[in-house]
Amino acid sequence: MIRSLPRSKSYDWSFNFFILLYFAFLFAPLLVTCVLAFNDSNFPSLPWNGFSLDWFIADGPDRIGLFHDEQNLRSIVTSFQTAFFVAIFSVVVGTCASFLFEQEEFRFKGILYFLMLAPLVIPGVILGISLLLAANTAGTFFDERFGLDFELFRPSFWLVVLGQFSFISTFVTLVVSARLRKFDHSLEEAALNLGATRLGVIWHITLKFLRPSIIGAGAVAFLMSFENFNTTLFLVGSEPTLPINLYLQVRDGSTPVINAVSLMLIVGTSVLALVNLYFTKKEE
Amino acid sequence: MQRSRLAFWIFLAPVLMWLLLLIVLPHLDLLTMSFRGEDDYGDMVWTFQNYMNFFTEPIYWLTFVRTALYAIITTFITFLLAMPVSFFIAKLARKRVQGALMILLLLPFWVSELVRIYGWMILLRESGVINYFLLNLGIIDTPIEMLYNDATMIMGLVYTSMLFMVVPLVSVMESLDDSLIEAAHDLGAGQATIWRTIIIPHCKPGITSGSIVVFMLALGNYLTPNLMGGKNSLWFTEQIYNQFIASFNWSQGSAFGFLLLLLSSLIIWVGLKVTGQKLGEVAS
Repeated sequence: MIRSLPRSKSYDWSFNFFILLYFAFLFAPLLVTCVLAFNDSNFPSLPWNGFSLDWFIADGPDRIGLFHDEQNLRSIVTSFQTAFFVAIFSVVVGTCASFLFEQEEFRFKGILYFLMLAPLVIPGVILGISLLLAANTAGTFFDERFGLDFELFRPSFWLVVLGQFSFISTFVTLVVSARLRKFDHSLEEAALNLGATRLGVIWHITLKFLRPSIIGAGAVAFLMSFENFNTTLFLVGSEPTLPINLYLQVRDGSTPVINAVSLMLIVGTSVLALVNLYFTKKEE
Repeated sequence: MQRSRLAFWIFLAPVLMWLLLLIVLPHLDLLTMSFRGEDDYGDMVWTFQNYMNFFTEPIYWLTFVRTALYAIITTFITFLLAMPVSFFIAKLARKRVQGALMILLLLPFWVSELVRIYGWMILLRESGVINYFLLNLGIIDTPIEMLYNDATMIMGLVYTSMLFMVVPLVSVMESLDDSLIEAAHDLGAGQATIWRTIIIPHCKPGITSGSIVVFMLALGNYLTPNLMGGKNSLWFTEQIYNQFIASFNWSQGSAFGFLLLLLSSLIIWVGLKVTGQKLGEVAS
């Protein structure tokens, strides 16, 4: 029964209870991770031994807090760098793609559009291995033909950026296209009648109109890159990103430092997601 | 509207580079690599051996079938859970609460999958939080290992992909006119009839797009089966990873990768055909 219809007490009560359970299910793992980051114990588990900031600020020799943990700090920096480049590249190419698909007519447009959507249905692991293969093939080719050796073609920072870029651009394209569809073309026509060039119109009018969605898509791209694991796993070289680094630590037995890293990650992404949400709401 | 060749090429060039170099060529490379193998002299030759291995080794194809089956089960459970949740948000909750619930729903999913799985590991493992409470409350005498079994793994997969079912369902339910349900109620239809004849048929597009995304994510997931599934619950992406990284048998790994890609495309194609939808519609 819906809002406007009379509902029985037990119906309402059981539904509310179900929703409560659902949200508990949703937040329990995050909550417990955050709480245990402050537990004064050498293992990320109960009993509660008292409040401690050791897992953030301890400086050895028994405990090394996050802010002194070289390996974790470096992976955070790497993740920021990766996400920064992925966001920039995918926003530029994704915006180009939405102009291409929304405003231009050409042969093979259907095929190209299908290819643009393809990353949505390719599992991340497959994207990773195929890119690893292609990079290896290209590297061998340049090495045998020209005796050139490119860092790019081995698992490395830039290969990770390319791998994430290859599917995040699709999301950017879809977000920007949705906004571009709402654009009032009479504005463009007016500017063209007044003597503006096509590129001038795009620069001064259309891109201004698209700005909120471009910024939003950039934020989403940043977050997607920051948390990507599946594609990155195969392309990562000697500089692991944060998810990869955490994975190695979780797999090989964990200390509450991981809880501290997770807490920072939860707070950081929540703030960024909320800011993004606030701006998209305001735009509407 | 006036067309500009320059603008067209400025849009087309980066998009073509992206799709050809990062999507088309790598996947062609994946396909050719899957037909490569070594003959008795150690030379590279074309062969079907990699695919033959898949069919003759039961462990490979059994894992494959298992992965597909579990991905389908995951999708179904996610659907069952998401349906009442989205109904509550779209039709039962008060307007003010609605927005807050949506934000709460979105937040956990911005946090890296790894952190969320790590949270579950702290909760469920033998020395975990849930066991601690159960022991202290006197419900059990010895801790139970709740990690590393299939049920937990499916729960983890449901958890990580929940959002991608709830969001499309909420948006289709919001577009359902309340008066239809009111009319059905006035004419004496019961709960079950209303769900079967009004709500479910109306939600079909949302159900399809949600199911496709959830299925894809479960099928291509590496982290959750790896960390929660334990030693004897193999996932096909793990087989691919093992071939690539552990055995360094790239052509065998490529064959597996290509088979997984075929499977996911096939099931998504069937899903779209059965419900009469297009990929473009599902994506946007």
